[in-house]
Amino acid sequence: MKGGGASLLIAALLAAWAYGAAGQERRIPTGELRSGIAFASPEVRAMQADEFSNPGMLWVEKGEKLWSTPAGGRSCADCHGEAGTSMKGAATRYPAIDRASGQLLNLEGRIRQCRSERQGAAAPRYESEELLALTAYVAHQSRGMPIEVAIDGAVRPHFEAGRAFFYRRIGQVNLSCANCHEQNWGRTLLSETITQGHPNAYPIYRIEWQTLGSVEHRLRGCLSAVRAEILPYGAPEYRDLELFLAWRAKGLPVETPGVRR
Amino acid sequence: MSARIRIVPARAKRGEVVEVSILIQHDMETGYRRDDEGRVIPRDCINLLTCRYNGVEVFRADLSSGISANPYLQFYTVAQATGELEFSWIDDLSVQGSARASIAVSE
Repeated sequence: MKGGGASLLIAALLAAWAYGAAGQERRIPTGELRSGIAFASPEVRAMQADEFSNPGMLWVEKGEKLWSTPAGGRSCADCHGEAGTSMKGAATRYPAIDRASGQLLNLEGRIRQCRSERQGAAAPRYESEELLALTAYVAHQSRGMPIEVAIDGAVRPHFEAGRAFFYRRIGQVNLSCANCHEQNWGRTLLSETITQGHPNAYPIYRIEWQTLGSVEHRLRGCLSAVRAEILPYGAPEYRDLELFLAWRAKGLPVETPGVRR
Repeated sequence: MSARIRIVPARAKRGEVVEVSILIQHDMETGYRRDDEGRVIPRDCINLLTCRYNGVEVFRADLSSGISANPYLQFYTVAQATGELEFSWIDDLSVQGSARASIAVSE
């Protein structure tokens, strides 16, 4: 019996270890991961797939011009050269920790930091055309590459905060992100199919918005929908959540600029 | 205001029908929306768009607030001669925009 007790203990330890490891496991298995475009209508899918009719490409083209236009003395290209090589894959690794400041930065945050600290220009406003165009241009260089964010080391607390946010019920409607995007994806909410909530196509052209928008813009839409407090642009909660979402979407290809209804 | 133009096929035979598309970045503000402080955002739509093919007008459209932002227009024309398609448009604030694309036509 003593041996049985020991093996029970081992089993319990193993279970605890497995539970700890499960904390690292995604609730939506890799085989079932679907980009938001998989839930879109054939018309929207065609609009995104056609480089010409995809309205997001207007911003990508503008971003290409901005890339080599000096801002505050020098241009992005002066340091980074050809975006096609230097920025390839960059979007797949964000949000990431900025070594110098120890802050978690998403792609927009990195571009704003470059503008203000290295180029000596004013940091572009959130959702401004300049910031969206540059972000779309940079992220477009990673089109087709799988998302691959790091969640260990200094990033870990941000990841945990993002995960906690995702599973916390909020707002007057008392829903968590997971209630829709993890437990009910693929089902219908009013006239829409609920997606899995992946951030792999941002900045995104939403026909509802009639313009391009960032992940934060989209998250504000969800916060408003559940009647929760809408956090201001640049709030750390958005970046933590974006990191968790990116990890959930690990392996999905970057689609920037995406098109959604 | 930036725009993108596509001509299919880009190299056509004389007399062939070609498909011309244009996508223009423009807010097409309807005049019905309000900003965060409740003030009406003034209407600003592209109200006229024309396309000239080697100087001859081949397409004209009157646009209004029913057209979405970043309007996408498509029409067909007959390939006549190698040259340029020149688009120009004007909005309610009298801001003019233009874009051009070349077309190659063989006998």
